[in-house]
Amino acid sequence: MQSAKSSQPWPVTRLVINGKTVDVTVPADMPLLWVLRDVLALTGTKFGCGIGQCGACTVHLDGNPVRSCVLPISAIKGEITTIEAIGETTAGKRVQAAWLALEVVQCGYCQSGQIMSAAALIARNPHPRDQDIDAAMSGNLCRCCTYPRIRAAIKVA
Amino acid sequence: MKTYWAIGENALPDSARRRFLTAGALVVGFAFVRPLRAFEREPDLAAVGALDAAATGFDGFVPDGFIRISVDGRIVLVVPSVEMGQGIATGEAMMIAEELEVGLDQVEVELAPADQHAYTQSLLKAQATGGSTSVRAFFIPLRQAGAAARTMLIGAAAERWRVSPAECTVARGVITHQRTGRTLTYGAVASAARRQAVPGEVSLKPASQFKLIGKPAKRVDTAAKVNGTARFGIDTIVEGMRVAAIAMCPTIGGRLLSLDERASRALPGVVDILRIDDAIAVVGENYWTAKRGLDLLKIEWDAGPHATLTSATLAESLRSADATPINGSLTGDPDRVIEEAGQRRIEATYDLPYLAHAALEPINTTIHVRPDGCDIWVGTQVPEIARIVAAEIIGLPPDKVIVRNHLIGGGFGRRLAVDTIQQAARFGMQVGYPLKIIWTREQDIQHDRFRPAYHDTIAAALDSDGLPMAWIHRTRSGTVRSYYDRKPWPQGQLDGDAVAGAKDLPYAIPALRSEWVRQDGPVALNWWRGVGETHNVFVVESFLDELAHIAGQDPVAYRRALLGNNPRSLAVLNKAAQASGWGKPLPPRCARGISLHDSFGTHAALVMEVEVDTQGEIRLRRATVAVDCGIAVNPNSVLAQIEGGVLFGLSAALYNGITFEGGRVQQSNFHDYRQIRINEVPPFDVFVMPSDEKPGGLGEVGTVSAAPALANAIYAATGVRLRALPIDRNELGEKGKQS
Repeated sequence: MQSAKSSQPWPVTRLVINGKTVDVTVPADMPLLWVLRDVLALTGTKFGCGIGQCGACTVHLDGNPVRSCVLPISAIKGEITTIEAIGETTAGKRVQAAWLALEVVQCGYCQSGQIMSAAALIARNPHPRDQDIDAAMSGNLCRCCTYPRIRAAIKVA
Repeated sequence: MKTYWAIGENALPDSARRRFLTAGALVVGFAFVRPLRAFEREPDLAAVGALDAAATGFDGFVPDGFIRISVDGRIVLVVPSVEMGQGIATGEAMMIAEELEVGLDQVEVELAPADQHAYTQSLLKAQATGGSTSVRAFFIPLRQAGAAARTMLIGAAAERWRVSPAECTVARGVITHQRTGRTLTYGAVASAARRQAVPGEVSLKPASQFKLIGKPAKRVDTAAKVNGTARFGIDTIVEGMRVAAIAMCPTIGGRLLSLDERASRALPGVVDILRIDDAIAVVGENYWTAKRGLDLLKIEWDAGPHATLTSATLAESLRSADATPINGSLTGDPDRVIEEAGQRRIEATYDLPYLAHAALEPINTTIHVRPDGCDIWVGTQVPEIARIVAAEIIGLPPDKVIVRNHLIGGGFGRRLAVDTIQQAARFGMQVGYPLKIIWTREQDIQHDRFRPAYHDTIAAALDSDGLPMAWIHRTRSGTVRSYYDRKPWPQGQLDGDAVAGAKDLPYAIPALRSEWVRQDGPVALNWWRGVGETHNVFVVESFLDELAHIAGQDPVAYRRALLGNNPRSLAVLNKAAQASGWGKPLPPRCARGISLHDSFGTHAALVMEVEVDTQGEIRLRRATVAVDCGIAVNPNSVLAQIEGGVLFGLSAALYNGITFEGGRVQQSNFHDYRQIRINEVPPFDVFVMPSDEKPGGLGEVGTVSAAPALANAIYAATGVRLRALPIDRNELGEKGKQS
């Protein structure tokens, strides 16, 4: 895997990811998703569609859910949190615990993104109604269709 | 459960392992299984010998391919089926643990490495996971494996104590000599157990004594899947690895004509540009630089022989297919009865589209080809076939190819095909470094191997009570076998998948024929969740609903009248009807529809309740399922598979059809190959009937139920009979009866 340093003629971009400051030397238009996965080896954030349609790549930018597959690193102003560190937040911890208690996952590939979206929802709205869940979670596809348990888990989180 | 390993990373050395796995295979009776036809390799019976754990490199007791117990007490259960969300790693671990007498909290679970000798399963006759076969195939062998190992461990303890094994009991991996109260752990006797004779026969517990099976268990893979540490194939990172983005010829059967790669080569971060007949790989330091390099290529494709192919021409060739029909089943003389039925003869035609699998993890393979061997990191439903096809392309003996299988980010049948691994081998053998290839979502959809399209004609004759007394169902389609098997599927030979769900109905119909007209075409085909049943049950259950309405009878009562010989189906029908409030009044433009089927050894009834507005938009109001799957190994997984399976089927029925224009697939990503989302999901009730019958399959049952129940509900709400999928909302909006 490529190290964070490179001999290539790319700018150095400073990012704050999971509380750590990292400098990456990559094309400025590189989406955050590929910096996370290919440069920093944070593979918990998933590639699903590349056009912001499926939500598998969801991370937090200053606590707000964003699709990292369409977010060039040059546009990032703020702190990034990924699935690897979301358990260190109160909301993330609650969501993960609920996911475990209700056995939400099947294949699991979308679940990083689901949990990131759910954690952002819970952080700003600890007791979401069904409409709130629909609004916050309908950008996250699950092809195993674990949706009934996702909804139930958010309600107990 | 302690950890969940990426598969095979700590596998035993292959040559050493085989000997013991084969010995284990004899215990559980695998050696008598006929291997997969296309990849035939006889079990190496000569290698069956005395157990000799020293040669395995595992310090402990390795009685077979499924169980490893170390001298320090680690208990590793190796599950033979691939985990792609269906929960089989947990279910199979439960089967082994039940007879081994250990708790799931005491074991580590690993997925099996590629090894056809050890892990061939009896229904698919290959080391493969699909067709809702895993539980059915392994329910006895895995419990036998657990019982054999337990017998040997107890035997070792009894020998040490110089007592009869009959005086010993075991619970949670601790053996107790009842009379004296002495105890030994499995770890303490692991070395000694190696010298115990493999029992020729073992007896299994009756269901009444199950401690694990039948009780809801926590999945063994959940923790890693909620904290980002679960490793899928796409997450592979190995030393020196490079990443490729690829371009594939957009038309079916086309080839690369010319390539100007100068601009791409000049791009910083581009490492290599590789070509095969119908694709180009740009290799980069990471995926993004590879993708940018790819965008700079100037490619000319030879569109090939199918450049004018359209969905209309494909549909026409299917409709006009006139090969001699091959019977799937025949009872009585349905032709004569229907011929003589006059006004009581009913006919209909149904059409189903090609479908893509669209699993959320895009296709990917990481491969490292060296002169002396090859490693492949991938998620595949067929690890042994993957190994063999890669070895052939690279020119290595199969035992030099190691398939490091992974959790799969959704299979649905896509990872039964190995075209993607063959492509990776062709690229990988051109370079000396580990190469990760990732398809885009667009490629994953457009270069899928599709669920076949179908054109069905169906006819019935009604008796004086309005019930079908004769039934002829003709399905026209290609066969997946033509694209999957090494040898061409023989003309005139039935592909059972084409008539699955059509040849044996839950209902008693005195004269019945199901038949298949084969029409292969240029579109590469593959199995898709629910396989033949998803298609045929839609036709059967929709048509039966038509007959009920023509007969002026309630669809549930009508089915009930045909189930005199099928008490398990009758029970699920009645349960779903009662629990859904069948027959109770609903608001305008709202209605219920039912489907019933027996597939994969399981009986299932689904009632969908929907609302169709005046624009033809459909709202799912409620889903009620009753299922009799025999013994529910892990009831928690049963519920998950039924809910997920129904929604997966609804998603396709509501939105999906792959179409072609100019030889190209027209859909590309989730904006135009839409999938159901959380805001569309109705409340679910799933009822699992208590049963001591042998377990049935589950992964595909809900998917089979979905489309017909939905279409029947829409008919009840609007009066529009949907004989084609996906659902045409324009038809509902224009023709739907006004409230």
